[in-house]
Amino acid sequence: MKKLLYIFLFFSSFLHANVIEVGANKPIKSIKIAISLAKIGDTILVHKGVYREGNIVIDKRIVFLGKGYPVLDGQKKYEVLSIKADSVVVQGFKVIKSGYASLEDPCAIKVYNKNHVVIQNNILDDNFFGIYIQNGKNCLIKNNIIVAYGKEEQQIGNGIHCWKSENLQIIANTISGHRDGIYFEFVTNSIIWRNISTNNIRYGLHFMFSNDDAYITNIFKNNGAGVAVMFTKNVKMFNNYFEENWGDGAYGLFLKEITDSHIIGNKFSKNTSGIHMEGTNRIRVEKNVFEANGWAMKIQASCVDNEIVNNNFIGNTFDMGTNGSLVLNKFDTNYWDKYEGYDLDKNGVGDVPYHPLSLFAVLVENNPSAMLLFRSFMITLLDKSEKVLPSITPDNFIDNSPLMHSLPL
Amino acid sequence: MNRIIKIIFLDILKNKIILAYTLILAILSWSSFGLEDNSAKGLLTILNIILFTVPLVSILFATIYLYNSTEFIELLLSQPIKRKKIWLSLFLGLSLAMVLAFFIGAGIPLLINAPDSVGIMMLVIGCLITLVFVALAFLSSILTRDKAKGIGIAIMGWLYFALLFDGLILYLLFQFSDYPIEKAMIVVTAFSPIDLARIQILLHLDVSAMMGYTGAIFKDFFGTSLGLLLSFSLLCLWIIIPFFISLIKFKNKDL
Repeated sequence: MKKLLYIFLFFSSFLHANVIEVGANKPIKSIKIAISLAKIGDTILVHKGVYREGNIVIDKRIVFLGKGYPVLDGQKKYEVLSIKADSVVVQGFKVIKSGYASLEDPCAIKVYNKNHVVIQNNILDDNFFGIYIQNGKNCLIKNNIIVAYGKEEQQIGNGIHCWKSENLQIIANTISGHRDGIYFEFVTNSIIWRNISTNNIRYGLHFMFSNDDAYITNIFKNNGAGVAVMFTKNVKMFNNYFEENWGDGAYGLFLKEITDSHIIGNKFSKNTSGIHMEGTNRIRVEKNVFEANGWAMKIQASCVDNEIVNNNFIGNTFDMGTNGSLVLNKFDTNYWDKYEGYDLDKNGVGDVPYHPLSLFAVLVENNPSAMLLFRSFMITLLDKSEKVLPSITPDNFIDNSPLMHSLPL
Repeated sequence: MNRIIKIIFLDILKNKIILAYTLILAILSWSSFGLEDNSAKGLLTILNIILFTVPLVSILFATIYLYNSTEFIELLLSQPIKRKKIWLSLFLGLSLAMVLAFFIGAGIPLLINAPDSVGIMMLVIGCLITLVFVALAFLSSILTRDKAKGIGIAIMGWLYFALLFDGLILYLLFQFSDYPIEKAMIVVTAFSPIDLARIQILLHLDVSAMMGYTGAIFKDFFGTSLGLLLSFSLLCLWIIIPFFISLIKFKNKDL
């Protein structure tokens, strides 16, 4: 037993030797000096305090730890932390006030072409860009709180910005007040999981040319224009919440040129448009809940072979909207709360098909100010007669087996 | 004056029609709220009641009541009471009864099932719409001595506001769709009390959709407290102006 203790003590003192402490009442007071003294594999432990050292570059494989959230202040002039080595760990810092520039993108924390970097448990406050992964692989960004106070799109950068990267994990971050909460461009095989992105000026999540990614169980709420997924294949969107994205051109989820993707188990509530689809092909929209949206879905005529099955449409002003008469998509076994049919054989499926596209939705699409007349008696009459004899709305915009009761989602 | 209001109010209550109206409103509201577990269907039913049934019943009942009480009015005129007082107490007695009927029939289920901003907005607007159409009834009954003509005018008025006006707006919207007419449309809605009422309720009921597109323009106008105040005062003008015109006509009428 004693022997074991000696061995243990020996190792702990051995470990201690590799820790360089930085603090106001420690021998080393500057982070930059500590980094220059550190050897590969060392740990730099920074104690509580405010550090104004301009641009701090980490160019060795070290563990960079903050204790009691030491503040790294960029004084609105510098990029705060530049990571230029593989396998660096950055943890427990409060990074504030990175510089602002229009040519370069000064960040709170930026990774330059390196792999296996871990950035976790940091607080980022009032930065131009939050965390920037440029050409990184296998990086982990976890449990960070990223806050900014942007007013205009061009005055502020993105919360988590990833460019030309692979195998990233973006987990459990909270982002608000940036231009885009999370921005992905040319990022593949990555996962965005359990993040909360709210009150960003443009998109909660902005996603371009990023194939084979998944985003799961995130909350996107009250962003300027919701979430945009564009020019991408094989995206999996599971169990996310899209809420309260209001305004002209605001969408819960905006899909443009997306193919072979899955949208399953999400909840869209109180958006001006729940899902807006443009030029999307072979998407499966399944088991989602659309609740209290202006338009639950807008499927433009350029969309082909999408399947909308087993969803709940509850309390939306319009269930569907479209801009043409061409319908090449499939609707099946959804629950529509506006369905007025009957079920004589009691199998839970309505006996008459449901036309989710109302005449007035088409009128409003052509002439938005007609919204003024919504729910007036005349419009209700017109809608009713259109339901019986479709003339303006495409007659194959149809759910042949609408459910009588909502699905337990 | 209070005594005349009381007499009229009690007379209307003795009249079984107003009780039937209350009962019908109550049955419609309670059954539509009980239909589903969320209050959306019920709110829609009450919206349709406010936009359709309430104006019709208010204007028709008030017009017919006024024609039927011609003799009573003549009796009152032979007393030393000012004409203004008589006409005003008739208006107050009638509208009190109609508002009470709406409040008991539709208001109570509304407050119980949807005790939020939508419910309260609907209640207030329903009461205002009742008053507007009672005032219009006073106007239509003073315009002509002929009962059939007067009721005809009342029905025409209701038809115009409930149906034709919206058709007219729809026509204008599509004829002038190439021009920026959103702001003009806001002005046009002031010419129909039913449209004013509908848009106020819509802004609470379909907020997500109204936030999109030009809806945002309407929201920017009607949704602000200034717009709210303005549309309420416009509704009040719709009560005051028809009644005031009828009052002047009544004062100068040779009976």
